[in-house]
Amino acid sequence: MQLETKTYGDTLIVTATMPRIDAAIAIEFKDNMRTACMDGPARVVLDLSSVSFLDSSGLGAVVAAMKLLAPDQKLELAGLTTNVDKVFRLTRMDRVFTIHPDTDTALNDTETDIENAS
Amino acid sequence: MHPDPLTTLMNKAKTLPHPTKTPTDKIHLIFPASPNGVRKALADTLEKLRFLELSIEETGTVELVLAEVMNNITEHAYADYPDGMIDLQITPTSRGLYCKVSDSGKPMPKGAAPLGSRALLDCELNDLPEGGFGWFLIRDLARDLEYSRVAGKNLLNFRIATNQPDLLAN
Repeated sequence: MQLETKTYGDTLIVTATMPRIDAAIAIEFKDNMRTACMDGPARVVLDLSSVSFLDSSGLGAVVAAMKLLAPDQKLELAGLTTNVDKVFRLTRMDRVFTIHPDTDTALNDTETDIENAS
Repeated sequence: MHPDPLTTLMNKAKTLPHPTKTPTDKIHLIFPASPNGVRKALADTLEKLRFLELSIEETGTVELVLAEVMNNITEHAYADYPDGMIDLQITPTSRGLYCKVSDSGKPMPKGAAPLGSRALLDCELNDLPEGGFGWFLIRDLARDLEYSRVAGKNLLNFRIATNQPDLLAN
């Protein structure tokens, strides 16, 4: 399925290229997230900027993916579009995930962390 | 002498169609209760609603509520019936979209639509819920929701409020 991966330092960016994560592909999405992140860096940022629709099945799949990756990998999110963002806010799942405006910000956040640590 | 703005407005209003309960742009779809059947029905519905020029947010709300309702029918009412069909009717009005969804599957548990409490997230990561958000979203976003069981069918009526002040006629 449509998941593209690219590693930047200690961060794996997984880009969801499908327009929707719904009941029709929720299980496939979860399984493919596991495969895409296997043996990857500890930090995974899922780029959802191409996804314009996510239903509760899709939300469940993203939560399931986060649980599958833990504890060795941490899943963060980036680029939530208007209606995807709404589902996360209404269900309060926006408090569970670290959510970045876009992948550039997500990658810069790492650099900030490193600077702060040194 | 120019007529005052109020008179102009009232004269203009007289030329507009009178509000009527007779739907002229009612949408009626009957489709298989399957993930792909629901997906296609959503796409068809949004296409037919394009004349309303809903905002991105409103379109998202309409698609989400309908998706949750129809996914629930597919997954629960028709859990043991792979060939079930869903009947969806939508009547656009100035107060929003009046939706009627019916199916011939199992009745709702205890004969009532779920309350849809918000899932509790104050827990360990491994205990986070992966489901149960659907009815919460429906209850949160839909208005005037009524469920009934009539002649072996589930009937769900609800309204999705959309900003359509110009839509006088149905």
